[in-house]
Amino acid sequence: MMRTDEHYPRNGTLKSHCDQKQQENNSLKNGYHKNEKVHKNGTVNGFHQPRVRGEDSFEEAPMYVAVLTYMGYGIVILFGYFRDLLRAIGLEKCHQAQERQEQKDFVPLYQDFENFYTRNMYMRVRDNWNRPICSLPGPVFDLMERVTDDYNWTFRLTGKTIKNVINMGSYNYLGFAENNVDFLRTVAEVTRQYGVGVCSTRQELGNFSIHEKLEQHVAEFLGVEAAMAFGMGFATNSMNIPALVGKGCLILSDELNHTSLILGARLSSATIRVFKHNNMQSLEKLLKEAICSGQPRTHRSWKKILIMVEGIYSMEGSLVRLPEILALKKKYKAYLYLDEAHSIGAVGATGRGVTEHFGVDPNEVDVLMGTFTKSFGAAGGYIAGKKELVDYLRAHSHSAVYATAMSPPVVEQIIRAIKCIMGVDGTTEGQRRVRQLAENTRYLRSRLKDMGFIVYGNKDSPVVPLLLYLPGKVGAFSRAMLRRKIGVVVVGFPATTITEARARFCVSAAHTKEMLDKVIQSLDELGDYIRVKFSRHRLSQRPALYDETDFELDS
Amino acid sequence: MGWLYYQYLLITGIYVLEPWEQSVFNTLLFTAVAMVIYTSYVFVPVHVHLALDFFSELVRGQPESTVALIN
Repeated sequence: MMRTDEHYPRNGTLKSHCDQKQQENNSLKNGYHKNEKVHKNGTVNGFHQPRVRGEDSFEEAPMYVAVLTYMGYGIVILFGYFRDLLRAIGLEKCHQAQERQEQKDFVPLYQDFENFYTRNMYMRVRDNWNRPICSLPGPVFDLMERVTDDYNWTFRLTGKTIKNVINMGSYNYLGFAENNVDFLRTVAEVTRQYGVGVCSTRQELGNFSIHEKLEQHVAEFLGVEAAMAFGMGFATNSMNIPALVGKGCLILSDELNHTSLILGARLSSATIRVFKHNNMQSLEKLLKEAICSGQPRTHRSWKKILIMVEGIYSMEGSLVRLPEILALKKKYKAYLYLDEAHSIGAVGATGRGVTEHFGVDPNEVDVLMGTFTKSFGAAGGYIAGKKELVDYLRAHSHSAVYATAMSPPVVEQIIRAIKCIMGVDGTTEGQRRVRQLAENTRYLRSRLKDMGFIVYGNKDSPVVPLLLYLPGKVGAFSRAMLRRKIGVVVVGFPATTITEARARFCVSAAHTKEMLDKVIQSLDELGDYIRVKFSRHRLSQRPALYDETDFELDS
Repeated sequence: MGWLYYQYLLITGIYVLEPWEQSVFNTLLFTAVAMVIYTSYVFVPVHVHLALDFFSELVRGQPESTVALIN
């Protein structure tokens, strides 16, 4: 007892924070005290240092690319109809589910036309997705080799593994998906202590002390009053938005929001209006209209107006315009729901997300949501904000009442990741990783731009979408990269607009420069061979600047 | 040459199709192109000749046709 008392005068913080601070008082590292200062100052005013936000780039491709894309889709659709005809006649065996002969005249169970796209286009290039992985998804991983005898309708494993494939697709931003014994020591101990299963929901008998510890850590990490953690990131959005808004409320959501946000919004039965992506004029127009006209028929005022945005949009790599949205929010008295699934841990000088990146006080955002899947190498999501909000959600959220609580080893992994990033565990490993990620991001993005690829998004976002456009090139790109032992994720029509198919790279702090160089070199060769370098900006004439040996010679 | 064929496969989107479908498309395209070439070979010289006659008649035609009328 006396030991902790002697730390109070040095600390000088409010009594209510003493529980959280107790364990950290023993740490004497410089980095920790600096974080503590940020913590205290954050409550005073908005801006720490106004940050110049890089512009998002959404370069358009030349017109012939759009024409060729539509032509390619048209030809494949024609062949789709042709094959459907053959299947209907009976000349070709139908691999899809069909009703039994006796039930042919009943109401149809399987709509033939609705999965036209799946049957005739997705099936042909299906081998680029769902590849079985047989190692941990670190910076390099092993894939199981898979061949198909009937053009992707069925697969068979040959038994061989493709080893040391560079992983450019996993959301492993800070490299916490690792199996280093030293780092995972606490996780093993917790597994020994608590086991793996929880066997109850959070509200019944599933509220372990380790869950409380996690929530305190998350709240401290973000700089807010309280936080609550859930078992699944998607469910965090879809199950908690209905608890926050209901009928008679208005939701203004960005055009390119994730499916979990859209699902949560629809489940809540609030009115949803969509504004153009990152477009503040569109948002302001909607806000003005909402305040002036009120609810659709009765013209009563809206009970709540909630603006839903994401920190980093996962398909474009663009950052939200946080300062402008906060200004609009204050002017029109709306609430803000910020989904930091990809940006927590990945942007910001110490990895605290877009609020730190823009120098904004996190207490100004009403609901901070994030996931532990991406930067923390675990699973689950959290919602953080004022204490009243979190207490309300503990009682009224579907996830809290019905979903099983998080598994203890996963919770410990998150706790150790947060401690590592904050520097509390006594090393500078966390900050090194945050800096390494920023450096890797800058390097990869600038090299890709210089080589002539069209890359969307903000220069600070670790999500790097590279545009491919044509449907034929999408499949060819993924297969060719796998032959060169690089695993990429390509995305096509339903997830993106029809003309903008892309390959999405996720930079990780665990990637070394050699890996990035290998990826860049392969992309260079492949880009020339397949012809996907569509950018019309003048290519940089100074590639030698990035060669490290030149710097050594100069100094 | 192989690279050009590969580019053709990628751009038209044929790359994703099965080989027999690729052959069907190639045959159709080749037939269509062959018909276009044959038609142009047979008819284009005649049409060009007629067009040249028409335009040259227009240019020198005013004195010519009035002369023809009088005669």
